[in-house]
Amino acid sequence: MAIQQVVNTEPVSLEPSRPASHSDSWGGTRASSGARLIGARPARRRVWRNRASAFLIISAIVLTLIPVALILFQIALKGASTMGWTFLTQSLPFSVTKAGGGFVNGLIGTAIMVGLATIVSIPLGILGAVYLVEYGKKNWLATLIRFFSDVMTGVPSIFVGVFVYTALVVRFGYGAVIGAAALALIMMPIIIRSSEEMLKLVPLELKDASYALGAAKWQTITKVILPSAAPGITTGAMLAVARAAGETAPLIMTALGSIQLVTKLTGSPISSLTLLILNGARAPYEAAQARAWAGALELLVIVLVFTIVARVFASRSRLSR
Amino acid sequence: MVLRGKDKRLIILFAVALVAVALVGVLAAGCGSSTTTTTSPATSSTAGTATTVAPDTTTSAGSDTTTSAALSADLNGAGATFPQPLYVEWIGAFQKVQPGVKINYQGVGSGAGIQQFTAQTIDFGASDAYMKPAEITAAEAARAGAKVLLIPTVFGSITLAYNLPGVDKLNLDSDTLAAIFLGKITKWNDAKIAALNAGVTLPSTAIQTVHRSDSSGTTNAFTSYLTAVNADWKAGPGAGKIVKWLGGVGGQGNDGVAAVVKQTAGAVGYVELAYAVQNKMAVANMKNKSGAFVAPSLESTSAAADMAQIPADLNLSVSDSANPAAYPIVTATYILAYDKMPDAAKAAALKAFLTWALNDGTSVAQQLGYAPLPSAVRDAAIAKVNAIGS
Amino acid sequence: MRSVPSLSPSRTSSTGSWKRKGVGRRADSLFAILAGVCGTLVLIALAYMVFSTTRTALPVFRSEGISFVTGSNWDPNTDHYQILPLIFGTIVTSIIALIVAVPMSVGVALFLTEYAPKRLRTPVEYAVDLLAAVPSVVYGLWGLLVVLPFFLRPISNFVSKYLGFIPIFSGPSTGLSYFAAGIILSIMITPIITSLCREVFKSVPSADRHAAFALGATRWEMIKEAVLPRSRGGVVGATMLGLGRALGETIVVALLIGSSPVINASIFKPGSSIAGAIANGWGEATGLQTSALVGAGVVLFAITIAINMIARGIVWRFNRS
Repeated sequence: MAIQQVVNTEPVSLEPSRPASHSDSWGGTRASSGARLIGARPARRRVWRNRASAFLIISAIVLTLIPVALILFQIALKGASTMGWTFLTQSLPFSVTKAGGGFVNGLIGTAIMVGLATIVSIPLGILGAVYLVEYGKKNWLATLIRFFSDVMTGVPSIFVGVFVYTALVVRFGYGAVIGAAALALIMMPIIIRSSEEMLKLVPLELKDASYALGAAKWQTITKVILPSAAPGITTGAMLAVARAAGETAPLIMTALGSIQLVTKLTGSPISSLTLLILNGARAPYEAAQARAWAGALELLVIVLVFTIVARVFASRSRLSR
Repeated sequence: MVLRGKDKRLIILFAVALVAVALVGVLAAGCGSSTTTTTSPATSSTAGTATTVAPDTTTSAGSDTTTSAALSADLNGAGATFPQPLYVEWIGAFQKVQPGVKINYQGVGSGAGIQQFTAQTIDFGASDAYMKPAEITAAEAARAGAKVLLIPTVFGSITLAYNLPGVDKLNLDSDTLAAIFLGKITKWNDAKIAALNAGVTLPSTAIQTVHRSDSSGTTNAFTSYLTAVNADWKAGPGAGKIVKWLGGVGGQGNDGVAAVVKQTAGAVGYVELAYAVQNKMAVANMKNKSGAFVAPSLESTSAAADMAQIPADLNLSVSDSANPAAYPIVTATYILAYDKMPDAAKAAALKAFLTWALNDGTSVAQQLGYAPLPSAVRDAAIAKVNAIGS
Repeated sequence: MRSVPSLSPSRTSSTGSWKRKGVGRRADSLFAILAGVCGTLVLIALAYMVFSTTRTALPVFRSEGISFVTGSNWDPNTDHYQILPLIFGTIVTSIIALIVAVPMSVGVALFLTEYAPKRLRTPVEYAVDLLAAVPSVVYGLWGLLVVLPFFLRPISNFVSKYLGFIPIFSGPSTGLSYFAAGIILSIMITPIITSLCREVFKSVPSADRHAAFALGATRWEMIKEAVLPRSRGGVVGATMLGLGRALGETIVVALLIGSSPVINASIFKPGSSIAGAIANGWGEATGLQTSALVGAGVVLFAITIAINMIARGIVWRFNRS
């Protein structure tokens, strides 16, 4: 118990000690040119390396936050005016040119397809990763699973759409379940790969401690390893869900899209928020484009909220770092 | 051979996995066979309710559809993006007349529309390009005993949008246009362009041509026009929904081309009239067959649609019309349907919808900038619509 | 105070039916089988896709041979399909995306784990999550309509003007280019690499950090000696997932790469990509052309395998030394 505490506490805020500086033969000021640094005593070089790296890292943050701000600003600006209760609850109007209506048919489609894909791929992916890390390790089955997961992480989403189209749509027609199948194929490699990496990070000491206390393997996995890796696994799972929620190309080939409000699971084309955004943004008319931006705002908020909620739940896990 | 615990486990898990896959396959097949026959929860699909359709409305322009019995069907169509705004409005308006008929139309491109129509995944298709003989054969082979009906609905213009600050009016003719897109004319102040634009100072900016990277009926209309009027183009890229362009950049969709033209000084690209109008882009006046420089508009499109001779298969070639008021780059757009559809209710619904659209939908079409069919063509089209059955 | 999982040693307790001798072992087998089944199902789904698409692509492989990947002649009229420009475009845009995204992502992840004050951590994390929540179609359109005219064109004009003597930077820029697609891709893959790297860096035990500080290291030296060496495998894994996303992104690249059928030496010129070619050409393709498009996707499988093998090899090398 004590060991757990020590290992899992936040680092105490120790000041990184300054390199010991003895009497300085240069006696110069801190500002030094490159030439002086090369011959500088190790202490000064280390200080400057430290500062330079901190500067680079801060600039990485700033540069990364610029597109975040830009894209958020853009979507909010263009989408806010059209967003509203009407937009969230009404279906697509039968007009590309006139304003009004909403994207609820797409919301239903996205919910159905992403929901089905998530229900299938998350348990399969996480448990598959558990197999890879805890049971399979280097045996032939695990190697094969790793190999094919690796291969599939780089597959273009349109290609998955092409495959599912050829395998299922020509026989069964367009449908929400088929769209979900395409999304699941995209999600599974991401989940299994990232979960594997996260499970590998669980310290051996935790596992050993659990076994030492007499737990069976399955108990160790479900009560120690998975909760410990929960934040990381959730990160990977949320990345996969965000990817699936934002996909368009495979859905064009498997769900086609619909201007009607469809709730059927099979046998009928169904829309999704991304398909509606794509169609609206590419139309020549302002009204359709405005709806598309509002749809983008809606999708962004939904995915962001899910990600945050999932992270909050995961970090509450008893053994999380 | 002694089976160790580890091996036993592997074998058991393989067996379980195979059983699971088999179960999934059986379920999918079971679901599949049951859903391919049903069309929608609302469709009763009995012959009785489906065949009572509105009486023949081929001759009257303002037909009444209120006398038809209530139809019920879910129809799915896909194809050209060009008429999509119009078809969506038509669907909405028709759904007020026949609330039981729920039609879905998706703009996936003319090529994909033909492809899905042939693959039997949609009920009707739409294409700006008239189907090639090979495509018609394939579609008819895919549905034994049925013939493909190509029904024109409206006409539209392909404009040349350009980005030349300070040049409000630009005249082009077919030869200079072909030369520009073949890469032979590279600067805007070239002598050939200047010859067509007396009194306009053209800058020395380099010409950046923009074409479509995706399969498109708009490309087909544009390249068909150039193939018909310019021998170099015919020998070179030729006509088609996708061609091998010599140089230039490819934008995705009309919106992609419009965006690139707007952002690049000196760019010129072909887009549908609606995009040029909505994006407030400058478009070139094209020299038509009679020698006049005509701007693309509803009027000049309708003038081109006024044909002397109507071919029996309705493969309407309205580009390069002899009419002095006509714009030369005009295309018709077609609905693709089988004369023997698998479902009687769907056939009745589609027939009713198209009849309504060709008769009562013309004002909507004009409002949106599409030129409706002249009356002779419309009569021929409605005759084709009446051939839709099951 | 965190508690240890409350387990009773299953073999010695005599209270409660589930703790009887032998149940633990059976449950262990069942769980192992469950994990294995999940892994196998994932394998079956992914492997089926790889094999099925490879089979569809065989006709074009037979017809073209090796020139399928070494030649540049794509001509449906003569039934010749060679995809070297597509491969080139896909790889170049992905490399540009990685070059920009990996340093930024690692920098942001380091900031979040080592430098950020606690209050700043959560908002920055959510800001990065926001990047992951944006649908890909919005990235493409935002890139085309906002980033391209206001940021990328000026940058590429500037660079091609002053550094244009280097072939890779020669202008004039056409706007739609490898560079444009690569930059938007880099923004898209940043959240993937950042989130996963953050988890990896967090898993470094605080004890190691304290030890480094105690020995007098500056913060940068601590990172270099204690955090980064242990994280190589995880960082490479995160990069591979980001690369997979970059290789497989369809809509963004199709909108921004300019679809030129030739190989251009400069990053500011247009090119074409495998995913874009499949998306653009699928609706039109029949017969051998369909096989060629599927074959392009299969080639992408091979590229992904090769890159992943190289990556795993690098990690193994580092872990050995």
